[in-house]
Amino acid sequence: MTKDLIVPAAEGLYCPPGKFHIDPWRPAALAVITHGHSDHARWGSGAYLCHEDCAPILRRRLGDVRIETLRYGESRNIGEVRLSLHPAGHVIGSAQVRIERGGEVWVASGDYKLEADGVSAPFEPVQCDVFITESTFGLPIYRWRPQAEVMGDINSWWAENARAGRASVMQAYGLGKAQRLLRHLDANIGPIVCHGAIEPLNQIHRDLGISLPPTLNVGALDKAGLSRCFALAPSHAVQSGWIRRFGDHSDAFASGWMRLRGNRRRRGVDQGFALSDHADWPGLLQAIAGTGAERILVTHGSGEALSRYLREKGYDARPMATEYGDEEGEAEPNAEADTDGA
Amino acid sequence: MKTFATLYRRIDAATSTQHKRQALIDYLRLAVGDPEQYASAAWTVYFLAGGKPRQMISTKLLRQFALEATELPEWLLDECYHSVGDLAETLALLLPPPTRVEDAPLDLWMNERLLPLRERDDAARLAALRDWLDAMPSDDRLPFFKLVTGELRIGVSKLQMTQAIAQATELDAKLVAQRMMGYTQANRTPQAQDFIALVAPAEAGEDGRPLRGQPYPFFLAHPLQTPLSAFPELLGPVDDWLVEWKFDGIRAQFIHRAGEWWLWSRGEELVSDSFPELAALVDFLPDDIVLDGELIVVAPRSDARSAVDDLSDLRSFSELQQRLGRKLLTPKMLRDRPVALIAYDLLEKDGHDLREKPQRERRALLEEVVSRAHSCAMQVGADLPLRLSPALTQPDWESFARQREEARARGAEGMMLKAMNAPYGVGRQKSGADLWWKWKLDPMSVDAVLIYAARGHGRRSGVYSDYTFGVWSGPPEQTDRTLLPFAKAYSGLSDEEMRKVDAMIRRTTIENFGPVRSVRPTMVFELGFEGIGASNRHKSGIAVRFPRMLRWRQDKPVEDADTIEALHALLPGGGA
Repeated sequence: MTKDLIVPAAEGLYCPPGKFHIDPWRPAALAVITHGHSDHARWGSGAYLCHEDCAPILRRRLGDVRIETLRYGESRNIGEVRLSLHPAGHVIGSAQVRIERGGEVWVASGDYKLEADGVSAPFEPVQCDVFITESTFGLPIYRWRPQAEVMGDINSWWAENARAGRASVMQAYGLGKAQRLLRHLDANIGPIVCHGAIEPLNQIHRDLGISLPPTLNVGALDKAGLSRCFALAPSHAVQSGWIRRFGDHSDAFASGWMRLRGNRRRRGVDQGFALSDHADWPGLLQAIAGTGAERILVTHGSGEALSRYLREKGYDARPMATEYGDEEGEAEPNAEADTDGA
Repeated sequence: MKTFATLYRRIDAATSTQHKRQALIDYLRLAVGDPEQYASAAWTVYFLAGGKPRQMISTKLLRQFALEATELPEWLLDECYHSVGDLAETLALLLPPPTRVEDAPLDLWMNERLLPLRERDDAARLAALRDWLDAMPSDDRLPFFKLVTGELRIGVSKLQMTQAIAQATELDAKLVAQRMMGYTQANRTPQAQDFIALVAPAEAGEDGRPLRGQPYPFFLAHPLQTPLSAFPELLGPVDDWLVEWKFDGIRAQFIHRAGEWWLWSRGEELVSDSFPELAALVDFLPDDIVLDGELIVVAPRSDARSAVDDLSDLRSFSELQQRLGRKLLTPKMLRDRPVALIAYDLLEKDGHDLREKPQRERRALLEEVVSRAHSCAMQVGADLPLRLSPALTQPDWESFARQREEARARGAEGMMLKAMNAPYGVGRQKSGADLWWKWKLDPMSVDAVLIYAARGHGRRSGVYSDYTFGVWSGPPEQTDRTLLPFAKAYSGLSDEEMRKVDAMIRRTTIENFGPVRSVRPTMVFELGFEGIGASNRHKSGIAVRFPRMLRWRQDKPVEDADTIEALHALLPGGGA
């Protein structure tokens, strides 16, 4: 049996023949970063390699670190392997990492989704022998409705609130989800407010050429404006004084977890919109089939269930332990504060 | 189904009672204005007010249907179920989208499709499910599966429902409450005319007096949690109050009209058939009379009692429980566990509604009625299953507080305080000087260790929220002591605390057994409960009633949790 190109190590996923880590959770010499969420792009590594659109996010989060970038499809030889990045469709600059040595190809997916979100480069299947997949929503109960439908619901909710003279306050993750929402909001309904933790990330998107509707600081609106506005904020802001500026308002949360009633009720918001930047169950299966891989390693999420299901379908599938969190449920509030730069 | 499902979703998503009420009122206004909807509205009100038809399709068959429709392996269906925490929701989420859409009103669903399912065989049920689900929009499936599994709970109280109807129809809430009595009885099939009767304008002379076997709405008590020192300020002098024991039985209304009798439980179920011994009352009570009181198991007859308010032979609630839920009452059961009605209010006499009369007057009339019935019975040597709830007297509130300590020894949970000048109200009134107060004993409590955790349901699905607690089998110096499970509890923690406990459970898991985990003992909770008894069904030999978490004792190491001895000491006659 040939040696594995990617193995789990104490610092994170490790490529021995290339001597680099992928999304290490502890400092490493060279960290290849799939995307800018705080559980994947951590502080302290000697050098970082990521997609060029991911770099400004890393700089904002990690400060003055050594970053080298690649375009999608561009390859580079590192040690004994040839490495390239391919669109993962998760957030802007997110990438699958393709590693090749002597005709053997491994792909580490990072986080991904299949539906084009209008912000990040859409997911592209990459042929490989071994596919390392995430499984955040790796159960068949998770099936997303098309983005256009969910965004239609969100815009209707906003319009109804605006008619009733109350603000619509949406809690959403600051990097990715926020900009995806902005991209598809119907700005004709009213003004759009962004919390200070989100605005810098919007700016990064605009600088990268993503067109987003104008966003305002909460202080820029008078009472009439506030009563019709759509406000985007990270969850922690909703417990702060910031929320009081809106007076009577309706609140909502956008996350794949909102598919379950129990989660919606626990969250205690008026509306839960199941909008996710991760693949749903059919998406995971489709992505896995699309790689042509026979060996599948399943990371964070429902690793046990998905790999057992795949084994029953004839794959050589196993769970692979990682320490990645899940930004959609905000299992790590500190990590979110970090990402948001709040 | 669509109208009902939409209303269900709106209520389910409501984050305040105001939103809930608005959803109800909006629905009712539309329904009242549209005679086409009366038949489905009759069912809608039935469900909203808490009516529950029995399960129409077994869980097993639903699972079989789901496996077939989704082509998933059974273990994965289980995995999904454990993650969701609710079978109806799991099915709603898993089924493929419909290939066509068809809608039918709720009454048609109930009367022509769902209820008749009970008479059909499994093959026919499966075929029906396939056909219906293929035409049902995804959004309607959750309430549909909740209905057929007999688990539809909407989170609207009967009082809220009553108020919403009153508001939507501009009827008096008391009148609506009266019309609602018995509406949600099990096995009823409400019809359009039931809805019409509910929302029709008040007829001249309709004063909310019930007809024939109809009961009055029960007046419900509020918990009294004020410190004793504030009693004089809140309640005034003791003489203004009727003070009684708070019995631990079943609240019931006994109705004797036109030679017939009916017994209604507080849940507005007709329970006459479960307590046939009360038929004896008819011979000794005057006609057209309604009593409010408590049903309790008493000692089998040994000798004639002398006083109508002798309560020395009351048995525990657990004995009453053994009488309930029996399809067949054996003569032995009736002989060994006879019940008596402990009367504490008189709502109707000679066909007159007495509820507006002050407590003082009603009490005097009640004493007269019960005493007379008793002396009649004594004369013929009959043992009447009727007692009078004694009026307790003390010079001041401190003395009542001392007397209250005897409650448990008397089979009571505390005391009831009722204003002497107050009328008999409707439901659980919000405020005012006319409330009934229940002044319960503090719960018994021990410090116990969390040893197993299971994921919860509904609002707590996916979260480890249901816990099993143990106490030590011996003192700390006993090195081989173990934790003996004795109680399960799932209420009492804030959401924030539950989140922390959930995280801790995941960190300290020893083993997974399906949805249950055993955990390393690290967390101590003060566990409160209302009653305790010996039990051979539990390893600890103890069973407690209404256990709940009073406090998370983060200050307490597990070694300092209580031992089984502490529980034994709380047993009746345990020497505590």
